[in-house]
Amino acid sequence: METAPKPGGDAPPKKNKLRAKRKKPRRYWEEEETAPTAAGASLGPPRSKKRKQEFRPQRPKNTYIQNKSRVSKKPQIPKKPRERRNPEPQRTLSGAQDPFPGPAPAPVEAARKFRRIDKSKKLLHSKSKARSRLEAAEAEEEEASLRAARSELLLAEEPGFLEGEDGEDTAKIRQTDIVEAVDIASAAKHFDLNLRQFGPYRLNYSRTGRHLALGGRRGHVAALDWVTKKLMCEINVMEAVRDIRFLHSEALLAVAQNRWLHIYDNQGIELHCIRRCDRITQLEFLPFHFLLATASETGFLTYLDVSVGKIVTALNARAGRLDVMTQNPYNAIIHLGHSNGTVSLWSPAMKEPLAKILCHRGGVRAMAVDSTGTYMATSGLDHQLKIFDLRGTFQPLSSRTLPQGAGHLAFSQRGLLAAGMGDVVNIWSGQGKGSPPSLEKPYLTHRLSGHVHGLQFCPFEDVLGVGHNGGITSMLVPGAAEPNFDGLENNPYRSRKQRQEWEVKALLEKVPAELICLDPRALAEVDVITLEQEKKERIERLGYDPEAKAPFHPKPKQKGRSSTASLVKRKRKVMDEEHRDKVRQSLKQKQQQKEDGKKPKPTGTRSSALDRFMH
Amino acid sequence: MKVKMLSRNPDNYVRETKLDIQRVPRNYDPTLHPFEVPREYVRALNATKLERVFAKPFLASLDGHRDGVNCLAKHPKSLATVLSGACDGEVKIWNLTKRKCIRTMQAHEGFVRGICTRFCGSSFFTIGDDKTVKQWKMDGPSYGEEEEPLQTILGKTVYTGIDHHWKEAVFATCGQQVDIWDEQRTSPICSMTWGFDSISSVKFNPIETFLLGSCASDRNIVLYDMRQATPLKKVILDMRTNTVCWNPMEAFVFTAANEDYNLYTFDMRALDTPVMVHMDHVSAVLDVDYSPTGKEFVSASFDKSIRIFPVNKSRSREVYHTKRMQHVICVKWTSDSKYIMCGSDEMNIRLWKANASEKLGVLTSREKAAMDYNQKLKEKFKHYPQIKRIARHRHLPKSIYSQILEQRVMKEARRRKEVNRRKHSKPGSVPIVSEKKKHIVAVVK
Repeated sequence: METAPKPGGDAPPKKNKLRAKRKKPRRYWEEEETAPTAAGASLGPPRSKKRKQEFRPQRPKNTYIQNKSRVSKKPQIPKKPRERRNPEPQRTLSGAQDPFPGPAPAPVEAARKFRRIDKSKKLLHSKSKARSRLEAAEAEEEEASLRAARSELLLAEEPGFLEGEDGEDTAKIRQTDIVEAVDIASAAKHFDLNLRQFGPYRLNYSRTGRHLALGGRRGHVAALDWVTKKLMCEINVMEAVRDIRFLHSEALLAVAQNRWLHIYDNQGIELHCIRRCDRITQLEFLPFHFLLATASETGFLTYLDVSVGKIVTALNARAGRLDVMTQNPYNAIIHLGHSNGTVSLWSPAMKEPLAKILCHRGGVRAMAVDSTGTYMATSGLDHQLKIFDLRGTFQPLSSRTLPQGAGHLAFSQRGLLAAGMGDVVNIWSGQGKGSPPSLEKPYLTHRLSGHVHGLQFCPFEDVLGVGHNGGITSMLVPGAAEPNFDGLENNPYRSRKQRQEWEVKALLEKVPAELICLDPRALAEVDVITLEQEKKERIERLGYDPEAKAPFHPKPKQKGRSSTASLVKRKRKVMDEEHRDKVRQSLKQKQQQKEDGKKPKPTGTRSSALDRFMH
Repeated sequence: MKVKMLSRNPDNYVRETKLDIQRVPRNYDPTLHPFEVPREYVRALNATKLERVFAKPFLASLDGHRDGVNCLAKHPKSLATVLSGACDGEVKIWNLTKRKCIRTMQAHEGFVRGICTRFCGSSFFTIGDDKTVKQWKMDGPSYGEEEEPLQTILGKTVYTGIDHHWKEAVFATCGQQVDIWDEQRTSPICSMTWGFDSISSVKFNPIETFLLGSCASDRNIVLYDMRQATPLKKVILDMRTNTVCWNPMEAFVFTAANEDYNLYTFDMRALDTPVMVHMDHVSAVLDVDYSPTGKEFVSASFDKSIRIFPVNKSRSREVYHTKRMQHVICVKWTSDSKYIMCGSDEMNIRLWKANASEKLGVLTSREKAAMDYNQKLKEKFKHYPQIKRIARHRHLPKSIYSQILEQRVMKEARRRKEVNRRKHSKPGSVPIVSEKKKHIVAVVK
């Protein structure tokens, strides 16, 4: 051990000697710990004496503490080993100092978005098993969210942005300026396809953002890898094309044609002609449920399960021709816009709409819901553009009158709102992800060579695809897309094998259509109604409540304090206390009811006859 | 104008050569993973279905005995070795990896009533209907040597059970009384009795090694302390207890297999109420053995099935049966807690997996991670009706199935009668007695 004996060494050799005398059993880790100290002393660069002195006493101290903890009868297991605090920086075997001592910093703010448990709900009062289990789950969840937040450090990409130099309006910046300013790879993402012949085009990006499908009114259908500009297929269906949509992967393509719904593969071969879906005007695909929602001229909303090829439900909206449809990507609810200015929310599990929102005076022309499912943008024939809050209240947050009124709306992944008005596209931006776009001033504008007919932001790319009379335009919109994709969900760079693997996994975890509801987390809540019902049935069957509190029996006490009088007294005391509690509670309830009854209507809105349509 | 566009270098996202694995960048942002709860639910449902698909617990049947298997013993040091005694006096030693009998000896005339190994694994003891206790070497006789016991003790009465001390050279037998023996002597160190009935089983506590539990045919369970000459206390139940087994992790907990189809887990400090009543068998429970983890135990029953109960649940989590398995007389949980052995009337010893859908053999780390994930999901969603229904479903032989139905009807009738009686008598005169207290007659100290 003492390879480097020190002349005149004082404390440390003594300690070593002592340790040898005690002859405590040496563990393998202690060997590791002590041996390199000597080696470090001999091999390491010559250090100043002062440093050695401060270094030496530290180690015996450490070992001493270890010994103590091992000897003591109750080994105190540290409850949170991660939070062990070392006031002095620990040294590694080589003697180097840890530049970041202590536990890793916890990004509490960033962890908030990973939280899944609502902490505002109070736990059970009693110290029961259920409570301790809930507490453990909460602690686990907090730890998990912190770790997820810390892993954000590893994200490789930063979102794009566009800033005008002091006072410059970003809306004045033209596409050509942006193309000139950015790198070649990004500049190549701006292109125009001049397809005047088969005019106005609808378009759809695949979920990975890699592929683009376009369908012209006069029958032109094409699919291409728009990044490499490689054409996958191009056909003319010899019939009017109303809408076009990729199914779960880029290999399948649904086209709403004049009469029926057709499904093509990426070679342009017709796979299915679905005659039960006829005169379709709009298509939406719910990727996690493998449902293709179609809205028809006849007023039916039909859900087609594309994994098995069956129609799940056909709902009659009873509102005439359905022209405006969008999906809420957060909860897979379908929003339909009607000519009377209402927007109705549908799920395949219900025959009636889940909600109806009166949005406009006049018909609804376009709708879009953002990726967090919080905001809905609508535009109507009254030239208004409104943003609604979808979290329960369905109230308009902001509105704006547009000179022309928007015919098409689209939200980007980071919450930018694009509106197509005639041959102009306006884009508004908000404060960041998860905040509504402010309609005061547009972020970007662009004028096209024809009237806008289709609008979609490309996922994971700062690109807005616009289909119009003259073909397709791919616009650059810095800051539109989510920069970091998840490789297991939507990977733009996935190989064929990865796609196949993903497809199998996705099909295995296809969510049943019955689970579509307004709150997708509702499934994780406790089913209180059934619980109470079962409890009631049980009490009825048994003839008594097995969980009822047993009546209080005073415990017999020693030394003559257990006389009948005192027992009765004690019993009376407990009974009175219980009675008082009951009275207190009922009083509280009464007060609550009074307050609820008094609650005035939300101020600021005039009551109108149309209120009856708001649910 | 300051502008930055999102521009990814594809080299950072695709693998360099075909020999590399694919790159999978992750982003755990919840907005990129919508429908978290429904998708997890579907995954949990699939995992539960797969668990039932892969539930193939039966591993092997060891045949060779010429009469019903009456007792089993584990080797304390070797996982692969098992000893069994049959009703014709034959004792066999088995190798589980080869699934073969490695040694056979005619130990007794008549039944082999009990068998137990010494804690060091060098020898084992058998008792039989011929009123003898024999000690045998674990290793077979060398070439030319004859198969002979190391030691034979002739007793006065028939012995019905034997168990060895976990640390010392002491063993206990039971019959008319509980005898504690020193291995070196031919007469017991002490004999203890409480009442006059025959005692069917005696077991040493594996932790507090001087404690013993026994059960007698006069319906009681008696606890003894080896250090004192008299028994500690006893509890009298409704019906006879066949065997007791101590929890190997909690010194004061033991489980009794009763004739009234139930098992009772007792805390020996409070014998007046059992900690749990385990109901599911439809005939007398003949044997019980704890898992080494102390969290579960397995019980063998006259209804031709074995069941696995969690210690803190009153219903079994698993039932094993085959067409050919008859009344199961003895059962053991192996020391690695992965397998279960049972010996039955029709001369076979069967080897089962303790976890029916477990995959045997080496798992890759990805397999292991997937299993852990699925396990967690199953646990998280286990109360959902669809999942609960699938997880609970077991195929049962017609005899057991119809008996369960019958007993349910009987129990319901009894309950209804009691409710009616309570309804029509003076309030408080027909008290509500809980299921736990119902079967305990008395506790005597």
